[in-house]
Amino acid sequence: MANPVPGVLGSFVHIDAATDAIRALKAKGYADLTVYTAAPNHEVEEAMEHPVSPVRLFTLIGGLTGCAAGFAMTFWMSNDWPILVGGKPIASIPPYVVIAFELMILLGALSTVAGMIILPLLRPTRGYMYDPRFSDDQVGIFVPCGADRAAEVQAVMTRAGSVEVRHETG
Amino acid sequence: MATVAHEHAVPTQTHAEVTRDVIATLGKPSRGYVLMFVGAVILFLIGLATFVALVKQGLGLAGYNPPVMWSVYITTFVFWVGIGHAGTLISAILYLFRSPWRTAVYRATEAMTVFAIMTAGLFPIIHIGRQWVFYWLLPYPNQRLLWPNFKSPLMWDVFAIGTYLTVSTTFLVVGLVPDIAAVRDKVSGWRKRLYGLLALGWTGSDRQWRHYSRGYLYLAALATPLVLSVHSVVSWDFAVSIVPGWHGTIFAPYFVAGAIYSGIGMVFTLLIPLRKVLKLEHMIQEHHFDNLAKLTLLTGSILAYAYAMEYFVAWYSGVSWEQTTFYLRAFGPMWWAGWTMIICNAFVSQLLWFKRIRTNVTALFIISIFINIGMWFERFVIIVSSLRNDFDPYAWGQLTPTWADWGVLAGSFGWFLMYFLLFARTFPIIAIQEIKEMIPMPRKRPGGSH
Repeated sequence: MANPVPGVLGSFVHIDAATDAIRALKAKGYADLTVYTAAPNHEVEEAMEHPVSPVRLFTLIGGLTGCAAGFAMTFWMSNDWPILVGGKPIASIPPYVVIAFELMILLGALSTVAGMIILPLLRPTRGYMYDPRFSDDQVGIFVPCGADRAAEVQAVMTRAGSVEVRHETG
Repeated sequence: MATVAHEHAVPTQTHAEVTRDVIATLGKPSRGYVLMFVGAVILFLIGLATFVALVKQGLGLAGYNPPVMWSVYITTFVFWVGIGHAGTLISAILYLFRSPWRTAVYRATEAMTVFAIMTAGLFPIIHIGRQWVFYWLLPYPNQRLLWPNFKSPLMWDVFAIGTYLTVSTTFLVVGLVPDIAAVRDKVSGWRKRLYGLLALGWTGSDRQWRHYSRGYLYLAALATPLVLSVHSVVSWDFAVSIVPGWHGTIFAPYFVAGAIYSGIGMVFTLLIPLRKVLKLEHMIQEHHFDNLAKLTLLTGSILAYAYAMEYFVAWYSGVSWEQTTFYLRAFGPMWWAGWTMIICNAFVSQLLWFKRIRTNVTALFIISIFINIGMWFERFVIIVSSLRNDFDPYAWGQLTPTWADWGVLAGSFGWFLMYFLLFARTFPIIAIQEIKEMIPMPRKRPGGSH
């Protein structure tokens, strides 16, 4: 069990109350928020103002690697074990497009999943407060902060319409 | 018969009700479920016993008879690969098209895809005879210093099917993770620990969703050309040869349309009883089946066109071998198989022009059985009727399938259904998070939602 991170966790039933709280907290300088939702939500995304995920770079690099590997493998193996059929090239591009295409998709997909796993880990959230209701029907906002700022965060969340606010002292 | 209301495409439940209703399917199994599962296990055991006999005594047990050296096993391989295609169409292609109705059915169809490809993958291995050396198909450094021939469509198949199985499994698992977390947060004891492990630390934080949503979009974008390529590659197993009845440029789109048609047929066959035994009638509704039926009508009509075009091209080509093959398909010794294919696929699908039929689940279930039979026979006709009437009439032969063919075919249904039913009881068969995404969350101020 990870050591709990000190902070304040607010639960919201209303989505507009949660986005009000996110904007109010950001306005007060709390940039390091974690918002829990049961499904992706455009209003939360807009309030959080995240840039587009770089996961597409993983897709691109994986796809290009797969395509190159497909052609390289087929050409090298054809020349390493030549099958000589009268007048026909030992290695020819059209049939190898199929292999290169399939490997492009395969490595593109696997590297996308790798990106989906690796990228969230760059900002570890171990020890952050969580509530099982966030995977059901409530929105949660966790603000890591010391006891000195907890009262201010609690006040912002309550004013925005939080149905419950909890404080972890660490 | 229920009346369809398309305006009800957005679910009427609350978020909490969605979680409750889907997780309820993971509780004590109903009598209907147990009966279905026992039936699947019996079929699987029949297939297993037949396979053991094949390994012990060899492929002579099956009905191979020159020149028909591809028969029931390759037919069944193509059949199961095709079944998988509807799942990817619904989960990936309709995701890119933002079709909201897909959310209720896509998880079940995606699981169907994975288990159908797992089933399909067995058949080339069974067919090669010496199943214990199937790994020779893979390019790996070996003592003999030789490599596979990448110009062979059978090698393309190895890569296409391998990629399809890997990517569709990945797609299914990625989609499951947030739903497994929702189950983890509702159960207790050892189940909480198990689902906790499988949820991979998912909390639904904004950072996780940010990368997840974008990554899922790219996975769908990669799966879309993949699904179209896989059955094209399978079709090239035939079309790249010069056998009459196989050597046609129409084969790739013809096979892809047929694959989606057969896959949706299997979706009906599985989901109509399953939604009853899992008590999900309020979530998988008639309008979902109506939309699936429209896709069936579209792909069935493409098939009807392809069948007609095959006969037209055979006549127009002036090639006597092509003409003989197609004449014999309709009026030769295998006429019954040829007409089963045409009636079940080209004609029965036209019943779906009628809304009363599209929205009647009993009628759809019966039609789906015709589709399953028709599509298995389509592959049987293409493979066997072309091989038995090759160029030289002196070499013509006949296929007589044996118990070893039918035993493995029955076993494949058992193998497939067993995994599908286990999945339906272990994991959310309806995508909780995607349904919730469609339901607006409550607001303290009225109006103004996205």
